[in-house]
Amino acid sequence: MKLITGRTIEQGQNLENKLSEEYQKAVAVCELNEDDMKEIGVSEGENVKVKTQFGEIVVVAKKASANPKGIAFIPMGPWANAVIGGDTHGVGMPQFKGIDAEVEKTSEKVLPVKELMKSLGV
Amino acid sequence: MPTITDVVCPLCGCLCDNISVEVEDNAVKKVSGACAVGRAKLLGHESRIRSPMIREGGEFRECSYEEAIRKAAEILAAARRPLLYGWSSTVCEAHKVGILLAEVLGGVIDNTASVCHGPTVQAVQGVGLPTCTLGEVKNRADLIIYWGANPVEAHGNHMRRYSYISKGWFRPGGKKDRKLVVVDVRETRTAKMADLFIKVEPNKDYLVLAALRAIVNGFADVIPDEVGGVPKERLVELAEMMKKAQFGIIFFGMGLTQSRYKHNNIEQAISLVRDLYAFTKFAIMPMRGHYNVTGFNQVCTWQTGFPFAVDFARGYAWYNPGETAANDVLSRKECDAALIVASDPAAHFPAESVKYLAKIPLVVIDPYPNLTTEIADVVIPSAISGIEAEGTAYRMDKVPLRLKKLVDSEFMTDEEILERILDEVLKIKGLR
Repeated sequence: MKLITGRTIEQGQNLENKLSEEYQKAVAVCELNEDDMKEIGVSEGENVKVKTQFGEIVVVAKKASANPKGIAFIPMGPWANAVIGGDTHGVGMPQFKGIDAEVEKTSEKVLPVKELMKSLGV
Repeated sequence: MPTITDVVCPLCGCLCDNISVEVEDNAVKKVSGACAVGRAKLLGHESRIRSPMIREGGEFRECSYEEAIRKAAEILAAARRPLLYGWSSTVCEAHKVGILLAEVLGGVIDNTASVCHGPTVQAVQGVGLPTCTLGEVKNRADLIIYWGANPVEAHGNHMRRYSYISKGWFRPGGKKDRKLVVVDVRETRTAKMADLFIKVEPNKDYLVLAALRAIVNGFADVIPDEVGGVPKERLVELAEMMKKAQFGIIFFGMGLTQSRYKHNNIEQAISLVRDLYAFTKFAIMPMRGHYNVTGFNQVCTWQTGFPFAVDFARGYAWYNPGETAANDVLSRKECDAALIVASDPAAHFPAESVKYLAKIPLVVIDPYPNLTTEIADVVIPSAISGIEAEGTAYRMDKVPLRLKKLVDSEFMTDEEILERILDEVLKIKGLR
């Protein structure tokens, strides 16, 4: 699949409120097309593990009619950035969109923000 | 309750200046005219940093402004290659002091543009920018194109105040007098409103833009039946719409800057607009994110000659994104201390960069606790610019507007804190 990260209204509303549960609810999610969810075998509200060459992260699956098949969307934030690479390809900008990713169902928990930061070795 | 009118919203690059707020007991109680995201900021969150803090033995200890500022100055003055990053959610008056501080320290100064429209800035340096103000779009544009941008979620009032839905002098019917085209990899909320939605496969925008240029220039015959997942007839249809428009505008976002080919995508988009000048009036504008990300690029350009990612290690300004942007010096583990002002890189940088940021001495100036304050060594709370302090900010079309002070604050402004740090640094270095 291709992973896209970006803004949402709920992410924006909690920009200055990042240590809250609302922020986690808004951004620790992965929006998926219904067909992809069927193939992965996951229902809305269940957890998925998103893996890229840069890392893996557990977030909550969310149905999104906006996504064509094959596209996973995670709102910008620390969960999304756990699977984004730091290389800027000579221009200062990491690639935040259009990254190859695998998405699978998982029983692992979503890490709250402080634990997430610790798990990254921060 | 006293009402303050013509308030400028300090959230996104729209800088909507039609906001009214009601203030009671030194707090904003009611907001009208703002979008959902702007309203959330103006009404305020409960979480604030209550006091300056210094980390000791892994835990924060509250301290005075004086002590925190001195500690911050010691950290920065002792560093060989400090990174000064952020700047996009504060006012130009603070930028001015921050850039001077970077020069005195011989450090690297960069703003959030490097993970936002940095590639746009580089493309503009290559091919220029045929642009206009938002007022011209409102009054004249009959074709509005959002490419890789989703203003319904990110710039809540953009369409209502400046583009598709707004009523202008030559477009009194609002959206009845305009066409909306959206190009994106997802059918976003903005795309659902469009007269024409063009769905591109991820990382294929460059191909689609190049194909459009060929069609506009009369070479449709060389275009294959499908480009980047878009049928040729859709592209021909869009090219015709563009050529026939009286005044067209492309607003573009992170869909072009953060996907593959980055600044090259923008160069194609700008060149397409230049090609369209043979037929009609067209313009292009980046959808700038933070309310004053544009302002930092303006101030930095007039002070150093360069808009972002400026390195003072040589004693003069040196600019080379890919070498001197924040993620470059972090992912190469080059900087040995950092000052972060009015932004949250720990939330918005790739994990690799954040891990390194957590290892080096880190000073943060911000009104709110965030993920970067969590990993900081010195935290200095500041007044919220545009709510608790006044100052100048630049709208996404580079129009400067004056932000108002709506309520009083017990906290120092970003500008005052930076001036005090600069003063201490000059003393440590024996320059004052």
